[in-house]
Amino acid sequence: MSQPIIISASPHVHSERTSKKIMYDVVIALIPAFLVSLYVFGINAFIVTAVAVISCLAFEYLIQKYLLKTEITIGDGSALITGILLAFNLPSGLPIWMIIVGSLVAIGIAKLSFGGLGFNIFNPALVGRVFLLVSFPVQMTMWPTAVENNLSMADGVTGATTLGMIKEGLMFGETMTEIATKIPSTIDLFLGITGGSIGEMSAIALLIGGIYLLVRKVISWHIPVTMLVTMAVITGIFWVINPEQYANPLIHILSGGALLGAFFMATDLVTSPMTKKGMVIFAVGIGVITVVIRLFGAYPEGVSFAILIMNAFVPLINTYFKPRRFGANIKSKIV
Amino acid sequence: MLKTFPKGGIHPPENKLTSSKNIKRLAVPKMVNVPIAQHIGIPAEIIVEVKEKVKIGQVIAKSGGFVSSNIHSPVAGTVTKLDKIIDTSAYKKQCIVIRTDVKDESNFEEKEYPLKQEIELSSKEILQRINEFGIVGLGGATFPSHVKLNVKEGVKIDCLLINGVECEPYLTADHRLMLEKSEEIIVGIEILMKALNINKAIIGIENNKKDAIDLFKKATKNNSKIQVAALQVKYPQGGEKQLVKALLKREVPKNGLPLDVGVIVHNVGTIFAIYEAVQYDKPLIERVVTVTGKKIENASNFWVKIGTPISDLIAEVGGMPEGTRKIVNGGPMMGKAIKNTDVPVTKGTSGILVIAEDEASRGEPKNCIRCGECVYVCPMGLEPHLLMNLSEKGLFERASNEDIMTCIECGSCSYVCPSDRPLLDYIRFGKNIVKKLQTSKN
Repeated sequence: MSQPIIISASPHVHSERTSKKIMYDVVIALIPAFLVSLYVFGINAFIVTAVAVISCLAFEYLIQKYLLKTEITIGDGSALITGILLAFNLPSGLPIWMIIVGSLVAIGIAKLSFGGLGFNIFNPALVGRVFLLVSFPVQMTMWPTAVENNLSMADGVTGATTLGMIKEGLMFGETMTEIATKIPSTIDLFLGITGGSIGEMSAIALLIGGIYLLVRKVISWHIPVTMLVTMAVITGIFWVINPEQYANPLIHILSGGALLGAFFMATDLVTSPMTKKGMVIFAVGIGVITVVIRLFGAYPEGVSFAILIMNAFVPLINTYFKPRRFGANIKSKIV
Repeated sequence: MLKTFPKGGIHPPENKLTSSKNIKRLAVPKMVNVPIAQHIGIPAEIIVEVKEKVKIGQVIAKSGGFVSSNIHSPVAGTVTKLDKIIDTSAYKKQCIVIRTDVKDESNFEEKEYPLKQEIELSSKEILQRINEFGIVGLGGATFPSHVKLNVKEGVKIDCLLINGVECEPYLTADHRLMLEKSEEIIVGIEILMKALNINKAIIGIENNKKDAIDLFKKATKNNSKIQVAALQVKYPQGGEKQLVKALLKREVPKNGLPLDVGVIVHNVGTIFAIYEAVQYDKPLIERVVTVTGKKIENASNFWVKIGTPISDLIAEVGGMPEGTRKIVNGGPMMGKAIKNTDVPVTKGTSGILVIAEDEASRGEPKNCIRCGECVYVCPMGLEPHLLMNLSEKGLFERASNEDIMTCIECGSCSYVCPSDRPLLDYIRFGKNIVKKLQTSKN
């Protein structure tokens, strides 16, 4: 025996699954949505995504190397995902320096100042996004419109998102029947031929990615399904009561960040609860807050805020929704 | 749908390399090291002296209390030393060293034990015999069997469960025993049913041992008292509480025992040992051991005398393979890594697993990504990530409140952790401290 015998405690075998593999599965799942964004927004989608990814990785490297002087973890895939998700939540025409600022907030403040991977309370990409939205509301809501079959987006042509159009229309006293003539058809929403953030438009692409994550067991159905069902039920009730004042549930689910949020943002392992029970509570909360913001708030869209608000409740949910201990509250038959 | 326990569990690669290998009898070793603490509880008390001649099966250490067990000489020979040697626990433990008398024929007699079905002894005599002949749980926990069977007044037992699950990867000792000694095991079950005065027994076998399931189903076809249940393959189904839940849908109370729900569980190996003790007055001086590993040339199952150095077993299967980095006494999930092969086989040794470089080392622990996998796989409904955290920070009171003591140390959490965190190591550490704190309080 050339090398010494290893003495370690059991178990002596380990599963092949690693954090890194999980992270790269998420990256793979985001590819369909990225391809659609390239089709719809052309080179701009690529530029925004590349800038976000590179600056997220660079900030993680620089901060870990020079500020924190800790181990450099840019290879673990988490900063890569933050970069992609941040880009997916931005309009395709956003100035590059703003993307860099957003990345700094995401990685520097939301992730590393909390202690790095696994210690952050809030989803870093969403913190970056919301920071930009609050700081630069004009630029963050200038949505280059999708021109069908036009791969090179005409510069300066911007319009509102579907949810934005609905909110605006309702504010000016229009009925849903009138608004329906202006907004993209349900089919277009499903395919992603619409305005919006880079990665949020195509329902079909996000669903493919989401199903991949479910099949690979990176996520479980509890968060996405509960969140979407909650949204559908609440918006459905309002729609049934007054279809002229409220958009139907299908529009709510297919437009805005609902699907991106449900499958990719709310399911972030670090910032979501650890039990299935907790996940359901968490997802119901996101669904309710999203709908409240969409229907009654100032912003047309509320998924980001809803997820961040519920992120704050995760430690509480983990404390109060524990798995049932084996044998708890079971009485012995011995008298 | 096959039966199984509902909460948690994992599916590690089975690697049952030796399931088609007959149990061979290992040559009688020249020397045996018999530890006096081979069971859970109080160590036995040595009653022989150095230079004393002992017969095969003679009691050499007497049960040291109620939760203890007699220890018998596995060979005829001479006591050469009473010494402390390192056993599988990695601690130095008192041992009786016996040199085999090569001239004594009783060491080499290949005694035939034909199937003996009539049970002559009374219930009381059976229990006495189990106590006297040093029978302990052979599934790995080595709990003295007579203690388990000592049912107090007011406790009603209605079912005996036979654990033929063998959910540990690699191990096939129980599987082979079930195939080769099915009739004897059935008699053993009847002996125990008589001793406990009950009419119901269920043998639980995982579905990766279909041949054993079929064999027992056939053998018990006309027996209304004994049922055979096929179980889904899932680790740790061989855990008592998991098995009771899987087979009877009864849940053992927290901190309780199967007795609390009217059940007693025994491993098939133990049942066979009981059969031999009751029908043939044979003490527990040998057991089946699987010697296995991906690089082992002639991995197989063996009848091994207690006290045989593990090096004898390794030599028998073709020697230690090149590049071996870990030797495990037991299976890969719950077995103990041992330092060298001088360590003797004891009553609890169900297998010897030899692991090569590529599987021997653990990954570097990384940050917890809070994926919750450890929580989902924990069969006891615990939160391993939390228990590790609390133990690491020294918050033992809280760990105790989070039910750290109910952990069965199955290792499912450490197995699945994608960040290679040493969850079970910290939980064991926490359990030890909590135990100490609890005893110092009392």
